[in-house]
Amino acid sequence: MTEETKERRVHKRSEKTPVKTKMKEQKPKVRVKNYLEVPFGYTEADAVLEAERCLHCRRAFCQEGCPVDIDIPGFIDAILQKDFKNGIKIIKETNVLPAICGRVCPQESQCEAACLLGKKEGWDPVGIGRLERFLADWEREHGVTTPEIAKSTGKKVAVVGSGPAGLVVAADMARLGHKVTLFEAFHKAGGVLIYGIPEFRLPKKILAEEVETLEKMGVEIKYNTVIGLTHSLDELFKMGYNTIFLGTGAGLPRYLGIPGESLNGVYFANEFLTRVNLMEAYKFPEGSDTPVHIGKKVVTIGAGNVAMDCARTALRLGAENSYIVYRRSINEAPARQEEIHHAQDEGVEFHCLSSPLAIMGDEDNNIIGLECQECELGEPDESGRCRPMPIEGACFDIECDTLIISIGQRPNPLVPRNTPGLDTHRWGGVIVNEETGETSIPGVYAGGDIVTGAATVILAMGAGRTAAKAMHEYMINEK
Amino acid sequence: MYEIVKKEWLHEVIFLIEIKAPAIAKKIRAGNFLVLRMREGAERIPITVAEYNREKGTVTCIIQVIGQSTKLLATLEEGDHIKDVVGPLGKATEVEKYGTVGIVSGGLGIPLANLVAKELKEAGNKVIGMVGARTEDLLVWEEEMSQYCEEMQYCTDDGSKGMKGFTTHLLEEKIAELAKEKKKLDMVFTVGPTIMMKFVTQITKKHGIPTIASLNPIMVDGTGMCGACRVTIDGKIQFACVDGPEFDAHKVDFDELITRLAQYKNQEKVALDKYEKECGGKHK
Repeated sequence: MTEETKERRVHKRSEKTPVKTKMKEQKPKVRVKNYLEVPFGYTEADAVLEAERCLHCRRAFCQEGCPVDIDIPGFIDAILQKDFKNGIKIIKETNVLPAICGRVCPQESQCEAACLLGKKEGWDPVGIGRLERFLADWEREHGVTTPEIAKSTGKKVAVVGSGPAGLVVAADMARLGHKVTLFEAFHKAGGVLIYGIPEFRLPKKILAEEVETLEKMGVEIKYNTVIGLTHSLDELFKMGYNTIFLGTGAGLPRYLGIPGESLNGVYFANEFLTRVNLMEAYKFPEGSDTPVHIGKKVVTIGAGNVAMDCARTALRLGAENSYIVYRRSINEAPARQEEIHHAQDEGVEFHCLSSPLAIMGDEDNNIIGLECQECELGEPDESGRCRPMPIEGACFDIECDTLIISIGQRPNPLVPRNTPGLDTHRWGGVIVNEETGETSIPGVYAGGDIVTGAATVILAMGAGRTAAKAMHEYMINEK
Repeated sequence: MYEIVKKEWLHEVIFLIEIKAPAIAKKIRAGNFLVLRMREGAERIPITVAEYNREKGTVTCIIQVIGQSTKLLATLEEGDHIKDVVGPLGKATEVEKYGTVGIVSGGLGIPLANLVAKELKEAGNKVIGMVGARTEDLLVWEEEMSQYCEEMQYCTDDGSKGMKGFTTHLLEEKIAELAKEKKKLDMVFTVGPTIMMKFVTQITKKHGIPTIASLNPIMVDGTGMCGACRVTIDGKIQFACVDGPEFDAHKVDFDELITRLAQYKNQEKVALDKYEKECGGKHK
């Protein structure tokens, strides 16, 4: 058998182990006392063992399941050959931020959902996310090579917002030889990756390294600059930028519209996480001047990834009880399974099928509890998930002294509000041509949560990639 | 990094800083505010601007030393740098020709009212300033503001300057005086301690005078992202940083704002104690 045919051979399930190679992680009792990352990642031997589980399907379903079309079979092959350098190169052809995606992508509903191995009852799919993370970490340990930059085109690109979409556009545009300026409202780059996702899930060091690579590629970052206020889009064009990418994200909290949402001790997830992550309130008062209020009993409303981050952060800040209150059943929860399991292992208690009715406060306006309505599941709604139906007369109270509302975000309104001619949907999302990311203003592109409303890191990155391609074409055809 | 080009103590606990920030100075207007972060690890604090100079590219803020962050800011001298300055944030004041406008302002609200007075005058309004503080020493920037006011009334808690009493008294007297001449205030703008704005609003509501209040809730990002600064306006949640900070005062839930402002009282004390221990009381 030649080398080539051997590679193409479709493997038999009978040769495989049914479960994923375990990734070692901090013990729950230990990790709730620190902010260090929970899983340790694969060793080289673990990675090869996991790669050996791949069935080598003729049609790469996994790749079809990836929003940015990563050559998954290609990098799995490279791992099998222990050519990790080539493995990471293959990933980076389509994904410039693998250390981040390997950690925060919802693989179980994307590539891993499509993996044939996992289709059989009792079988796990190949741990594609873990392998991606392994390769990215391997590269970080062995020295990241700064991507090659094409000859300067003389064109200037303004990227607004340094979250996942903006980082990808900046990297792609710089690689193609354009001069990129990244405008960030905060004092640190990363957007939701820095203010939203906690240290124990995505160490900030990884993000800082990615940003450093961008700077080495010639990307200039202007902090403390709020586009829409400090400079308008018109002014950016006047400053000589040929194209503008809007990646300002979904930074506008949704709230419940129930009594008591402005009581003291009630947070929106964004504020709670920004205080703890960006402002490092977990170090207060020693390493940070920003405080955060944390009670003994903390309720988080919602069951997405952000809600899990809040509930787990609360434990690390010293809460004795951390509850999730969610109106549907756990099967409908939008969070990744891994996040739910991590939360459960750490002692987060779930009150599912419980819909919040009112937040109760004392005479000083401090929160003392949450009144809930018990629900049962009804028919599926427009999201395809079963609708929670109230059970008449079944109400109960949860005593709590901190409450975090984590029921999603809407697109940040600052740029649309201050940009005449930029068309948006009624709910706030910027309207774009899906093929190109082009907005109603020529030369202005958008992608990520500002277009879709709160979604995932990888979708934002995919949108960034699409827009970058179109922006490049726009500029090279520009007179 | 943003250089402090001028610093001046106006009172034992009140100082002025002029910061080099050309992009902000170019666009800032009355009603806008800044977010400052003094150094690595410091809080983000919202600060209102008293004056700007578009040619020099500077903005001037007047600050009262209250807690740890303002103490830290007070240690910076001319030539020192502030790590981060963001702005201009918030919506600018809605300036129109209203007619006769009363500006009711107390304490550190006076420098903040300065730009509003200036723009209102430029728009052709007759501006009447009614300003107060605990004592004469704490009346700052009132002279600057008076150049935009056709009339300026003062009060102090101890009677050391102007009438002995509160700005609410000045306002009631002014309304009564104008009524005798069959005149009225067409609009009131109020900025200062929340409790003062609450009582000013009660008076103007009684007399049916449209009123704008500039609110000062706790903020973190200042760009509509976190919701820390939410205030209840006409029963609905609004974010002061992007929907304000100026609102129709008659619709503001001042009592809620007052309790929300006290949220971190204990932590603020911890931070201040720790800071004072660190610098051994060598700063003001």
